[in-house]
Amino acid sequence: MRPDPKQYDEMCKKASPPSPLVKDCAWAFCIGGAICLLGEGLRTLYAAMGLTLTDAATLTSATLIALSAITTALGWYQKLASKAGAGTLVPITGFANAVVSPAIEFRNEGLVTGVGAKMFIIAGPVIVYGMLASVAWGVVYHFLRPLMGG
Amino acid sequence: MNFVWAFLVGGAICVIGQLLIDLTKLTPARILVTYVVAGVVLSALGWYDPLADFAGAGATVPLIGFGHLLAQGVMDSVAANGLLGALTGGFTAAAGGVTASLTAGFLAALLGQSRDQN
Amino acid sequence: MQKKGDTIRFTQPPCILSYAAIGGKKEAEGPLADAFDLLVTDSRCGEKTWEKAESDFARYGLETALKKARLQPDLLDAVFAGDLQCQCTASAYTMRGFDVPYLGLYGACSTMAEGLALASCMVAGGMMRHAAAMSSSHFCAAERQFRTPLDYGGKRTPTAQWTVTGAGCAIVAPDGGLPYVRGVTFGRVRDYEIKDINNMGAAMAPAACETIVRYFKDTGEDPKSFDAIYTGDLGLVGSDLLLQLLDQAGLPLRNHKDCGLIVYDRETQNVQAGGSGAGCSATVLCCHILPALRAGQLKRVLFLSTGALMSQTTFLQGESIPGIAHLVELSAGLPEEDENRAGQPGAAANQAAKAAANALQRQEKEGAAQ
Repeated sequence: MRPDPKQYDEMCKKASPPSPLVKDCAWAFCIGGAICLLGEGLRTLYAAMGLTLTDAATLTSATLIALSAITTALGWYQKLASKAGAGTLVPITGFANAVVSPAIEFRNEGLVTGVGAKMFIIAGPVIVYGMLASVAWGVVYHFLRPLMGG
Repeated sequence: MNFVWAFLVGGAICVIGQLLIDLTKLTPARILVTYVVAGVVLSALGWYDPLADFAGAGATVPLIGFGHLLAQGVMDSVAANGLLGALTGGFTAAAGGVTASLTAGFLAALLGQSRDQN
Repeated sequence: MQKKGDTIRFTQPPCILSYAAIGGKKEAEGPLADAFDLLVTDSRCGEKTWEKAESDFARYGLETALKKARLQPDLLDAVFAGDLQCQCTASAYTMRGFDVPYLGLYGACSTMAEGLALASCMVAGGMMRHAAAMSSSHFCAAERQFRTPLDYGGKRTPTAQWTVTGAGCAIVAPDGGLPYVRGVTFGRVRDYEIKDINNMGAAMAPAACETIVRYFKDTGEDPKSFDAIYTGDLGLVGSDLLLQLLDQAGLPLRNHKDCGLIVYDRETQNVQAGGSGAGCSATVLCCHILPALRAGQLKRVLFLSTGALMSQTTFLQGESIPGIAHLVELSAGLPEEDENRAGQPGAAANQAAKAAANALQRQEKEGAAQ
């Protein structure tokens, strides 16, 4: 009479409405593409203003992060993300949103124990594993470099 | 033409993320971690640089581009300082983005207020 | 009082003297908007934190229920209350303002039925004269505690449910007319190894099935003799699964309704699989089910609240989500009246006369107390 966990999992999958894949992807593509397009526009603009390529790239990131922070604080980023899904998650604006939103949310828990401690509660793992991967690659690269003739 | 490719490549990278969300049990946090690590790996293999040249912000604005930035940074600093560069390269390259985010976060916390999602 | 299996049935069923439901902004946009006693469109209630706002909702609920029963708070013998916040703080902080014995309950979203069942037992057993059951939840407080910050951009999955912002409160007394609490079944924990925090309905459906099957086995009743069998917040997915599980258990239901699907309009309100939260079953009970019983639109119903008993910690540690469901049997009439109704056509008039007499009696008692 009682279904085992595997059978119940099957029943559960059948009963759950699927994500609207095509619609989700169309949103992600358009919004994600648009954010990248904005990035490209800013980069071209900063380069035209005479900045070096590296500086233009850094300033582009900073501008996108600032825009993300403002729209997050106004509650717009969350509204857009509820439609765009990965389109707002994957670009650097999504990273900024992951830092800014807990900072705002935990303001009531104090500037140090709330804002300070919780700011990287979502984005922290990205930095931790990104850095670990870069250290690993750095070590590997150090030993590979002589072999590569560099 | 740069703009068209930035839009198309950027959009495509986001679609991959969306497929991972909808079709697998990966949570958004895990997807972001995967993206950054994938960026480091792709860049280390030398596959990402051509894409970044070609698609511009379409390749650098998504989080894979952040991984690419870390990998390139660590290579430069290893080249300059030897093994010690493996410890400093990543953060040096990421400094701008991370510091901008946390400054923006702090300012937003002072000025903003969390709001209902209605 | 008779106990058979897990079911307790009262020989002298206690009455629900009064009830109140308070809702927030999204509830005000939903199909039940007109039925709420109070709607607060500022989900912050003018407070600094969401947690304080939830306490305000609970306070409004208890105050309104007391007012509707024309009771002073000090006549309450106890308040059975609970909510979703860590350590049940919304209820505890509400009870700072009432000088009344307080029993904090944690049954997650099953708290309303748990509280109502306990209050009814206490009153039916003669241990208390007035006992209140109360439960609240707040979308924002729940979201920041269990999921992500409110401004974090995330897409909700189609199986996710929307936590109701609101509170419900019911006051139980030995007499006072319809509706009556005829019996209760306390639930057992059931875990079918669901781990998806965005699919709570699926985690709770087995517990609801268990409690319903036990109730019918213990009492020998027929599901057809009820106007409706309400579950708390199974939502779209959980309701579907519950009906399948009951079919497999040989107890097909045709009159099942889910509070999570009543409180919001899924088509227009963007709530994915429906409403949830401790306030979901509490508000629907107090603004929809109990008023319909009092007005005679419903004669007999079963009311279950379903709860998912995980925490953020157990979720992160990879534990599955255990579910629980408590059942309360409610009716608009008493057993002898049910028999009379079958026998003679004037039963409805008798019932009205009796209710009036009960009300009079109550007023006299109150007068004496004052």
